[in-house]
Amino acid sequence: MEPFSQLLLAFIVFLSLYLLGSSSLTGCIKIVALQGMCLGALPLTVRAEGFRLRGLFLAAGMFLLKGFVIPRVLLYAIREVKIRREIEPMIGYAPSLLIGAVLIGVSFALAERLPVPAGLRTSLMIPVSLATVMMGMLMMISRIKAITQVIGYLVFENGIYLFGLAIAYEAPWLIEMGVLLDVFVAVFVMGIIINHIARAFDSISTEKLTRLSDY
Amino acid sequence: MIYLLLIGVPLLVGLLALAVDSDEWRPWLLPLGCTIHASIVAACWRMLPGPAMNGWLRIDELGLLVLSLASAMFLVCSVYCLEYLRLRKERSNRLFTACLSFILASVSLVAVSRHMGLLWIGMEAATLAAAPLVHFNHNERSLEATWKYLMMGSLGIGLALLGTFFLALAAIPFDGRGDPLLLDSLLSRAGTLSLPWLKGAFIFLLVGYGTKMGLAPLHSWKPDAYGESPGVAGAILAGVITACPFLGILRAFQVCAAAGLSAFAQSLLVMMGLLSMATAAAFIIGQRDFKRMLAYSSVEHMGILALGVGLGPAGSFAALLHMINNGLTKGVLFLSAGNIHRAFGGKTMDHAHGALRRAPVSAALFLLGFVAITGSPPFAPFVSEFSILRASVDGHRSGVALGFIGLLAVIFIGMAATVLSVVYGLPPNNDSKPSAQGDSPLMIAAPLAFMGAIVFFGLWLPGWLTTALSNAAKMLNGGAS
Repeated sequence: MEPFSQLLLAFIVFLSLYLLGSSSLTGCIKIVALQGMCLGALPLTVRAEGFRLRGLFLAAGMFLLKGFVIPRVLLYAIREVKIRREIEPMIGYAPSLLIGAVLIGVSFALAERLPVPAGLRTSLMIPVSLATVMMGMLMMISRIKAITQVIGYLVFENGIYLFGLAIAYEAPWLIEMGVLLDVFVAVFVMGIIINHIARAFDSISTEKLTRLSDY
Repeated sequence: MIYLLLIGVPLLVGLLALAVDSDEWRPWLLPLGCTIHASIVAACWRMLPGPAMNGWLRIDELGLLVLSLASAMFLVCSVYCLEYLRLRKERSNRLFTACLSFILASVSLVAVSRHMGLLWIGMEAATLAAAPLVHFNHNERSLEATWKYLMMGSLGIGLALLGTFFLALAAIPFDGRGDPLLLDSLLSRAGTLSLPWLKGAFIFLLVGYGTKMGLAPLHSWKPDAYGESPGVAGAILAGVITACPFLGILRAFQVCAAAGLSAFAQSLLVMMGLLSMATAAAFIIGQRDFKRMLAYSSVEHMGILALGVGLGPAGSFAALLHMINNGLTKGVLFLSAGNIHRAFGGKTMDHAHGALRRAPVSAALFLLGFVAITGSPPFAPFVSEFSILRASVDGHRSGVALGFIGLLAVIFIGMAATVLSVVYGLPPNNDSKPSAQGDSPLMIAAPLAFMGAIVFFGLWLPGWLTTALSNAAKMLNGGAS
């Protein structure tokens, strides 16, 4: 199963890069949904003994939540907005892609140097998770539309989840479920607020949110 | 069982609040739930309950301090809410009431959990439950504040989760001695933890939970969120919700100290602390909006907490005391600021001046709260701030002591300019609102209760509290827990 999981990991990085260069809002939502599904399937390919009930249960939960429910919430949130495209972000698409590529390089270099315990060194998981975390953060800070900031948050969260998988730390299922539930509620609340922003400003650009400041 | 009650009662009250249909009767659920919660907490003071759920839940002195602060503040604020929500009839209070209760439930979970993952879950739940409170006014400004609060909070809490995973990685190889994120198992194998990962974990937890606490430079959401939310929500946010991430940082510190990294962790805390105080000082000067001013004051005091813990056992004692004193004083300030805001229909110096004439009791409380928070005797914050100063002098950290004193002085002057102009002078002439609205009985009783508490603790520190504080400070700095 090892080669398949490596392929899946490469695909996850590729999806994050794709998101950095994509301008269609609904497209972004679909891509992040796909990434969530890959992430849900990953534990099944990593561990040989992965087909226990608990593993299956978690994978199914992850798959459903990140692949279907959360994208649904986001699509619902932007339903009332007519604009379907990200306007020119603070960092343009081509530069974002370049930065993304650099971030991937940095993560591989970093993972090489970190004192990772011997068993985990060969895996692609640590560099991929670091790269995903950094690209998610890049999206969160460089995008203007509220919805793309939330997508950035999801990518960031996916990276962190991947890190948890990478260190082979089998969190008790209560914790995993709790984390998953919290992420879901976070996106749900964000979705509601986006909906309010859309109605109050007739736009979901956070550029309009500039009244409060001390500078 | 007792843990189930601590978390379950407010959770149930919250759900009940969602179900009740009458805006008039719903707020009464809050004081009811808070009273039950407070009496359970009081029972915990009589005898600390033992571990439950395989050691996942256990309350120690550190958790008990946070839990008691939360319970007391909720109890007082719930009384304030009765009258406040009666004034805000134009809006359904369903979500507001329920979320307040959910916050109490999540805070209780944070305070009693011994598992870093469980603590994170409680933290995230408290963050999310507070979002509707910030958004309560449903205008464009509160929307902006809520958005910034959510984005910064999610980023911070995400980094804290990464830090939590680092902590698990530091404990590799797992050797079957329980879950690696259980505090007790981390402490028992502290000597064998991988130090580079532990350092990384502490940095990420400090930055992540520091964002939630509002330590500079990650405080930018704070003035917006505190400024736009109702006064009572501000009191809960500044007094209770900041204590939870502080507890998270303290737990990480506890592990570091047990693993012999206290010098490293302390230097980071001192740095973040002084930076927060300096940032607050820079923004408090010339601040025209008195609620935003209170938010910067909160940034300052979070800095003082971090600084205190960074100064060793004596400083930790003072910092824990200051966590309580700051919470109670912020209760006075935010509740009276809310009353003044309402009496004038504005929260800047341009709208509000001469509050002493329009809402005399609230204005007097606001003034006294300012005197207290800036560290004047006989109020409680004086005791804790002075102890932190003494800890830094005794530790021969004269640079830190000088910086601490200097920044306190600058902040005093900066706050004085705003507070005095709001309190004194003549009220504006466009008198559209009845002057009685600022001072109604329950809305004065609540900040008065907080005021009573800080005068009491300022004059006399009861023995049970001193014992709990010194036990907590000891366990924080590598003593037995």
